[in-house]
Amino acid sequence: MVQAERRTIDILLVEDNAADVRLAREALVEVKVPHHLHTVNDGEAALGFLRKAAPYADVPRPDLILLDLNIPKTHGLEVLKQIKNDPELFKIPVIVLTSSKAQEDVAASYGNYANSYVTKSVELEDYLRAMARLDDFWCTIAMLPSKEPPE
Amino acid sequence: MVKREREIINVLLVEDNPADVRLMKEALMEAQIPYNLYAVNDGQSALDFLRKAGLYAEAQRPDLILLDLNIPKVHGLEVLREIKYDSELLNIPVIVLTSSEAQQDIDASYGSRANSYVTKPVELEEYFSTMARMNEFWCDAVALPGNVATS
Repeated sequence: MVQAERRTIDILLVEDNAADVRLAREALVEVKVPHHLHTVNDGEAALGFLRKAAPYADVPRPDLILLDLNIPKTHGLEVLKQIKNDPELFKIPVIVLTSSKAQEDVAASYGNYANSYVTKSVELEDYLRAMARLDDFWCTIAMLPSKEPPE
Repeated sequence: MVKREREIINVLLVEDNPADVRLMKEALMEAQIPYNLYAVNDGQSALDFLRKAGLYAEAQRPDLILLDLNIPKVHGLEVLREIKYDSELLNIPVIVLTSSEAQQDIDASYGSRANSYVTKPVELEEYFSTMARMNEFWCDAVALPGNVATS
């Protein structure tokens, strides 16, 4: 079997707005590398997914996490903190993807080791362009950490 | 006075190869990003620049750091750790930009809280394309923390 140039990238999108999920899915169509988009719509489900808690026992470990801040149950910043303080999870790149342009959200995200912070524009065209650049950079240009956490 | 469309981005490039510094300047110019590129050629100078020590008392706080791993005096990974454990500096995004494709370097970089990891292509055309797409994401789509230090 020929080894694929790049493995399939599993992306976890944490987003409660169905329209935003759909746009993210559309933007990913342009990405040429094999990828799979998984979605959850609240913070608790995100942590359940990452820790393979029921009903997520069989899900893959994501290679990339796209995290909205204003999500139900557990706030995005709290989800970020939990990920970045967990030795099993902290290397997974987390991109905060939010409508907030507040400097304090930007600072708090980077301060809690978010890998990058992208604001969702209300202008559809700008939004799609930002998503396309995000996908292109993270799925094609950036090298990602190993799939499995070190033993 | 006309409102400036975009803030000037201060980029600190930590790179000991003058040819690579020059290429990065060209890549930033091509991307038409308003930037100031500051280049230092070893790890100790990078830390002095960031801490405004010695020669660098007047240095600007960078919005983005591009860090080579194989640099003299203090290794890139050590520079990365120093930045990411310093509460005054940790929210500045650091992109490791290196010729190494070794998975262990990639994992060690994310393990030391690198925001991202990009391998420099050897081929010139590919290099420019990679840098252009990196800059389009980081200097345009991404919200950078600016001058807000975490307290």
